[in-house]
Order: sequence, then structure tokens, then C-alpha cells
Amino acid sequence: MLDAVDRTTAGERIIASKAAPRGLLPMEARGLTLAISGKRLVDAVDLDLNANSITMIMGPNGAGKSLLIRLLHGMITPTSGSITWSGEQLNEGMRRRQAMVFQRPVLLRRSVAANVDFVLSLRGPTDKAKRDHILEHVGLLEHAKQPARLLSGGEQQRLALARALALEPDVLFLDEPTASLDPASVLRIEQIVSSAHASGTKIIFITHDFGQAKRLAGDIVLMHRGGVLEHTPAEKFFEKPQTAKGADFLAGRIVL
Amino acid sequence: MQDFAEAFRLAFTLVLSGDPDLLEIIGLSLRVSLSAMLISCAFGLAIGATVAVLRFPGRGAVIVLMNSLMGLPPVVVGLVVYLMLSNAGPLGFLQLLYTPTAMIIAQSVLITPIIAALSRQVLEDLYSEYAEQFRSLCVPTHTAIGALLWDARYSLLTVALAGFGRAVAEVGAVIIVGGNIAHLTRVMTTAIALETSKGDLALAMALGMVLLTIAILVNASVMALRSTAARHAYA
Repeated sequence: MLDAVDRTTAGERIIASKAAPRGLLPMEARGLTLAISGKRLVDAVDLDLNANSITMIMGPNGAGKSLLIRLLHGMITPTSGSITWSGEQLNEGMRRRQAMVFQRPVLLRRSVAANVDFVLSLRGPTDKAKRDHILEHVGLLEHAKQPARLLSGGEQQRLALARALALEPDVLFLDEPTASLDPASVLRIEQIVSSAHASGTKIIFITHDFGQAKRLAGDIVLMHRGGVLEHTPAEKFFEKPQTAKGADFLAGRIVL
Repeated sequence: MQDFAEAFRLAFTLVLSGDPDLLEIIGLSLRVSLSAMLISCAFGLAIGATVAVLRFPGRGAVIVLMNSLMGLPPVVVGLVVYLMLSNAGPLGFLQLLYTPTAMIIAQSVLITPIIAALSRQVLEDLYSEYAEQFRSLCVPTHTAIGALLWDARYSLLTVALAGFGRAVAEVGAVIIVGGNIAHLTRVMTTAIALETSKGDLALAMALGMVLLTIAILVNASVMALRSTAARHAYA
């Protein structure tokens, strides 16, 4: 799967986005601000996500990336500004069509299978065949009866992804899901993410890994001090960033 | 007065011979305290889980109150329950005073705050771990509470056993509402108090040994449960 992704350019991937978007796009954020104790952690962000590409959010630590995706997912309420998905204000129904995987997977104190069953039960009767299919897809079927917390780090993150994908989300938010994983585990995660994207899921992915962004991204959102510095197709971004700070970021210079 | 060794010897004889009076007292003690534990778990776990998950004005004060009530003096609980159940009290028509049911009520009142406060802490710790994932999944509150209770079951068993330990070792409340009536409301702790005051140290000692054995078994069960849970990475 990943080989196939690697042979195409990011631009081609946007154009040839294989499956039709599932209906929540476009996303529009206008003047999105989150202030805590008077400090604007997300500062008047305007952002449009139209294409069903993999959107990578990048930027230095503390730039507000994680807060931005939590705002877009409706997990936290903005101080001001608006978010619309497919022209409507973000609501509970839309949130149920989204899923998120965190940097540190939060697994229930249950077996691997029971972790997937739990999320399936949130949307209807538990479907054992569907659960087994998902676990097979992420390569964890043989671990189905094991306690989830005994899995390796990479396996735990794949289980977190399996749980998110069990919801068949229109939009999947990934908050540095491959941070601190070994290269083989990163590859497996990227394969699963690419596969989800190929089936029509909009991916919004935070990463610090330039190589990963080059491999997967259709477009890059570069954040700095709570604001969006630029939102650029990935190829263009890596060829010639639109901002001086973007160039500094790519060159590895400290961006403060 | 019997000397200590003689008391011990007689106590062992009573325990090993399966003395019917002794067995009756032990049986009633276990029935009363286990019933109180189950009732307290039903209320205490529900209260603990609700306070752990919900955010509402005055929640901090509720937690302070719950924690404070863990130290309820048994004699005060006994007195309040006595007043409620006496003929002049609001529940006097039930005619429960000096019955095992009155003792169960008193012990339940005594240990419900313990189970509520300890389970609140256990569940809140777990909820802080799950909260973000639950918010992302739009998990309804009642489902979140159910999931927390299930996933924390080993720790909650420890909490329940702590409540049982407190109930079975308690004397002040049950002696007030039960009256320590032979063959009716006499439990291990009240019998120990009575027999000691009468100078029958053998029976008191035998009951004390049984009480200690139960305490050891409860603690051993807690340790076994926790190590099993840890071994399976569920705790």
C-alpha cells in the first residue's frame, strides 16, 4: 500500500483522490480563537479544507496544532469564531461522523477485541464479523483476546486506529500517531492511514516528521504561535514555502 | 481469672469443635456485614461514579463532604439509626429496632460514604485517563459510567472489601440498634465485648481469632485480586 503511495506525487494524490468524500467537506473555520487566562493559544485562524486529501498540520511545539484539531473536532469550545462542516455549524451529529487518534493511545482495560466492540456498541449492535475484519485489517486479529495494554507501542497505536476506523468516520484526526514509534510501526500506521484515505476518509494529521509529510500529505497547514502561517499543497510547500518562517521551519532553523 | 494460654487453648477447642453458638454468631456477622456491603456498593458506587464523571456547581464541597463522612463515628451512626427506627422515630412503624435488618441499615449508613469516597477517587483517576477519548467518541454519560465501573472492577472490589472490613469489625453502631440479643442480633464484635466484660475470655478469644482470620482472608483476597489484575494488565 505504501509503495503505491510513494510512487505518486502529493498533487496527483489530491486530484486522483480515489473515493468520493463522504459528505462533511468542505470545512470552514473563521476567526477561530481559543484564549485561556487571557492568552490566545489559537489566534483568529481562518482555514478551508476542501479537498479530500491528507492534510498535514505542522509547526513547532506549542504552535497550537493539537488545540486546532480539537477545536475542529468539537472537543473543546472556541472562545470566538466559527466552524462549519458542509456549510453547517459543527454539531453532535457531525462529531459522530469524525474520529480521533491521540499521540498516546488511550486503551480501555480490556482485551483487544473488547476495545473495538466498545466503539462499535456506541453506534449500534456489536458486529463480531466487522470487528474481526477491522482487526485483521490492522494486523491484530491474532491478538484479539489479549489484554490491550500488553500490546507493544506500535500495536497499541494500530488498535487505536482500528477503533477509530470501526466508526467508519468521514473525517479522521490524527494527533502525532507515530511519535516515538519505530520505523516499521510507522510504516504500518502510514499504510493503514493511506488505506483509510483511499476509502474516502478525510485525514487531518499532525506530524513533526518531514519525511512522513512528504510521503503522505496532499496539503500542509503550517502553524506558528496559534495562527496559520500558510496552507499550501504539499509539493509546493516542500519546494518553496510561501513564508519566510515556513522556509526557516523547513531549513530546521529554530522558529520562535 | 483464666490465664492467657488457657484462654487460647479453649478458643482453639471452640473453633475446631464447630461450637453451634460460635457458628451462629459468625454466620450472623457475615450475613449482616455482607448485606451491608452489597447495599453500600449499590449506593456508594453509583454516587462515586456520578461525582467522578459529572461536573456541577458545588462538586468540590460534595467531595469534601464525602471524604469527611468516611470518618463517621459508629456510635453516632448507631444513635441516629436508633432514633429513626425507635417507636417515636419516623421509621418506627417498621418495627426494625433490635433486628438484624436494623444492624444492616446501621452498617450500610456507616460504610456507604467509605465506598462512595474511595470509588470516586478510583473512578476519577481512570476517567482522567479516558476523558479525552470519551469526548472524542461522544460517549454518553451513562455509558461512560458503565465503562469506568467495569474497567475499574478490580480496584472497586478492593474498595468493597475495605467497606466489608470496616463493617465486620464495627461494634458501636450494631450494639445500639441490635442490642446484642442472644440468638437474634449477637454478632462477633458485640459478643466479644460482652464475653470480655463477663470474663469469658475463651469465647471472646475464639471470636477474636475468627475476626482476625476474616481480616487476613479479606486482605489476602485483595492482594490476590490486585496481583491477578496487574498480571493481566487490566488494573
